[in-house]
Amino acid sequence: MADAPKAEFEPKIIGFLCNWCSYAGADLCGVSRYQYPTNIRAVRVMCSTRISPHLVLDIFRAGADGVLLGGCHIGDCHYISGNYYTEKRVRLMKRLLEESGLEPERLRLEWVSASEGEKFSKVVTEFTENIRRLGPSKVRKDQRLGDRVAAADGASETFRLKALVGRELNLVNKGNAYGNRLDPAELEKIIDASTEEEFERSLILELSRGKARSVKELGQIMDVPTDRVLRHIVALRQKNMIAMEHPEGFTPTYKTIVIGGEQ
Amino acid sequence: MAENKVNDVEKPRIGVFVCSCGSNIGGFVDVPTVADYAKTLPDVVYATQNMYTCAEDGLGSIREAIRKHNLNRVIVASCTPRTHAPLFQATCEGAGLNKYLFTFVNIREHCSWVHMKEKDLASKKAKDLIRMGVARARLLKPQEEAKVDVEPVGLVIGGGVSGMTAAASLADMGFPVHLVEREGELGGFVRLLNNLYVTEKSATDTIKPLIDKVKGHKNITLHLNSTVKSIDGFIGNYEVVIAPKGGEGKKFKVGTIVVATGALEFVPEGLYGYNQYPNVVTLTEFEILCKKKTLPKLKSVAFIQCVGSRGQKMSYCSRICCNVAIKNAINIVDNYENMLGVMEKAGTVVEKIPVEKKATDEILERRRRRRGRGEAEGEAEEVKLGPSEKIEVTVFNRDVMAYGVEHELTYNKAREKRVKFNRYTLDHLPKVFMEDNQLKVTYFHETLKLERTMPVDMVVLSTPLVAQPDAGELSKMLKVPLGQEGFFLEAHVKLRPVDFATDGIYVAGTCKGPADITEAVTQGAAAASRAAIPMAKGYVQAEALTSVVDETKCTGCGTCIEVCPYGALRKNDKGLAEVIVAACKGCGCCGATCPEGAITMTNYTDAQLLAEAKAALQEEV
Repeated sequence: MADAPKAEFEPKIIGFLCNWCSYAGADLCGVSRYQYPTNIRAVRVMCSTRISPHLVLDIFRAGADGVLLGGCHIGDCHYISGNYYTEKRVRLMKRLLEESGLEPERLRLEWVSASEGEKFSKVVTEFTENIRRLGPSKVRKDQRLGDRVAAADGASETFRLKALVGRELNLVNKGNAYGNRLDPAELEKIIDASTEEEFERSLILELSRGKARSVKELGQIMDVPTDRVLRHIVALRQKNMIAMEHPEGFTPTYKTIVIGGEQ
Repeated sequence: MAENKVNDVEKPRIGVFVCSCGSNIGGFVDVPTVADYAKTLPDVVYATQNMYTCAEDGLGSIREAIRKHNLNRVIVASCTPRTHAPLFQATCEGAGLNKYLFTFVNIREHCSWVHMKEKDLASKKAKDLIRMGVARARLLKPQEEAKVDVEPVGLVIGGGVSGMTAAASLADMGFPVHLVEREGELGGFVRLLNNLYVTEKSATDTIKPLIDKVKGHKNITLHLNSTVKSIDGFIGNYEVVIAPKGGEGKKFKVGTIVVATGALEFVPEGLYGYNQYPNVVTLTEFEILCKKKTLPKLKSVAFIQCVGSRGQKMSYCSRICCNVAIKNAINIVDNYENMLGVMEKAGTVVEKIPVEKKATDEILERRRRRRGRGEAEGEAEEVKLGPSEKIEVTVFNRDVMAYGVEHELTYNKAREKRVKFNRYTLDHLPKVFMEDNQLKVTYFHETLKLERTMPVDMVVLSTPLVAQPDAGELSKMLKVPLGQEGFFLEAHVKLRPVDFATDGIYVAGTCKGPADITEAVTQGAAAASRAAIPMAKGYVQAEALTSVVDETKCTGCGTCIEVCPYGALRKNDKGLAEVIVAACKGCGCCGATCPEGAITMTNYTDAQLLAEAKAALQEEV
């Protein structure tokens, strides 16, 4: 160990494990003495369905290098259908990470049953190696990336995305209020488009929180066409989430309305 | 639990007990250093190490420290909560601490046992895990477990064999039962059947005592020609509306519900000449013909098994049809003389009688030899010509599923009686057609690798049992799931076969998949005994691990109600979401879904989970 390179990057990995399968699988892994790297820190939840995108994205904001979600295999969920929702939410989380610029591979969803002790060690070993290869998360050091991950987090909390993703399964399987089942691919398209929009709006709010900014400035920082930024501004103003500051003779700028700690 | 109350705003006083578990943890983690480290964490007022925390002196040290140091949070860092949490929780309760203020940190299965060669890193991880536990413990709140009364009245939906068994069992235990049957008669599917395999007795006679018992039982209220119109509520407190056909619904309060709505026979429209040629019938139709004694005159009968099942229309094996076909094959052979009389009396559907050209003496001789009767020569044999020479029964099957003791014996009996079992594969399905006014079956003989054609008088199609087409309505009403094939889905295929995941609702009989009568009775009795548990106890206690709605944030959008697998959310008078504590299992789906962020879980709040996770990201101090 003496000649090991000094201060090799040790990833910080958070694992959210469901009580009935993945946590139990990790227990069995221990009982069977399958070894794996020490980097993962497990948090027990009753079901993977408990993990909202906010929990994951907030932990990325706090600097986690990787997040592993463990659930029961599809069809085996202790709570019948929980992991179906997990799957949909993870898709959203990954889309949002992509938007933010943080590698979506830093988030991994795995089904590990209570009998798959060895699989748990393999998953953790492989995931740790992958994260090691990706290197440390720059969220805390790179302001731009930090803002964008914060925006992803904000977007995940919007009514539109939560309602869409929450209802996705039922809209596809059971149908909408009129009994029409929606085409899954079509619905995914709608969700993806909404994800992009909500991310951009959330980013505008993030960037304009401390400092009023013009549409042009926002367009440049965000690398989004100004007409698109303006449309978002209009929508945000309608929702009373952003305010215009318009000193005479100057370009209007916009500042996020912060309500006493509440979003 | 009044003595266990801990003030919400009280400043946390945390005690940490780090277990060595002999050398299981101590051998791979530096326990003394870890325990010392725990003392440095915020709000930790006491930390110690035990050789075995779960042993009596370990538990004693927890009790003592709670008193001595006035602890209001306890953390044990040892093995897994999945096995040991109840023990430590009970210890806390015993010392007057609400059990929901206990936190488990797993440093054995998740640490010492999986990092056996890196003591430094394993010790660092153990410290991190305890720091995470402390972060969580600081935010915990005491919880009270809700107790809900259970109305000791049962509802059984479906008056078939399983439903009647369930109703009679509950009634015998002394619970009033409402039995709802949409037909005018009890008995369900079995009413259609002729006799039941293994026994010779007629189906009607077999179930008559059960029907009489149900009809005469003082605890059973029969609702014939009636359906359940609506169901509201949760375990112990259901309000059901039962309405007779075309009549006004009446409201009843029940505590538990047994679903036993049965199944239907799959109609093989377009398969094997069904509905195209006369005398191509399903197994159940055949039974009806037998029962009503209106069989046509037959000399050759072909059964075709697995019609529409096992990957053709339905994916599953219907389990019972092999045995039903074997039973009927034996019936035909055994009762040939008997049936022939019936046939002649009843008249025939098929004009022309079998064209199996009269077997020559030579052939008969060969057949006898094949059956090992060769040595008994002479006229006597001729006279004793058994029925099987007069009638030919062929069962075309993919595999014969004669499981268990009796069925295998019955199968062997059928073969002794010269019922032919011809195997077919999906590549060579038998074909049924009419030629020169004669029904014929063409099949591929798997051994001879030849296509053969035989004339038959009747083709009996063994079709699977399929789910009731309106099972979906009931499943929505009860908020219990259906499986892929439309049958009701039990809570656990092995361990909870007659429970639904939703407490207070149970399932029995063919509405959860094909079953024979023995199984239907077993399930009916099992469902009744499961349903009796909360009713006999009189109350249910809900673990305080449930969703909580913040009414100031809820907008009544109803998304949570849609996603809850237990029907544990409903709208209250204000149109806002309300948790039915007795029905909630605490999975957290609603919390993660709520578009307004108005729902959280007791002791699995965002704040607690985030504090726990983020504590892992801090550098050790």
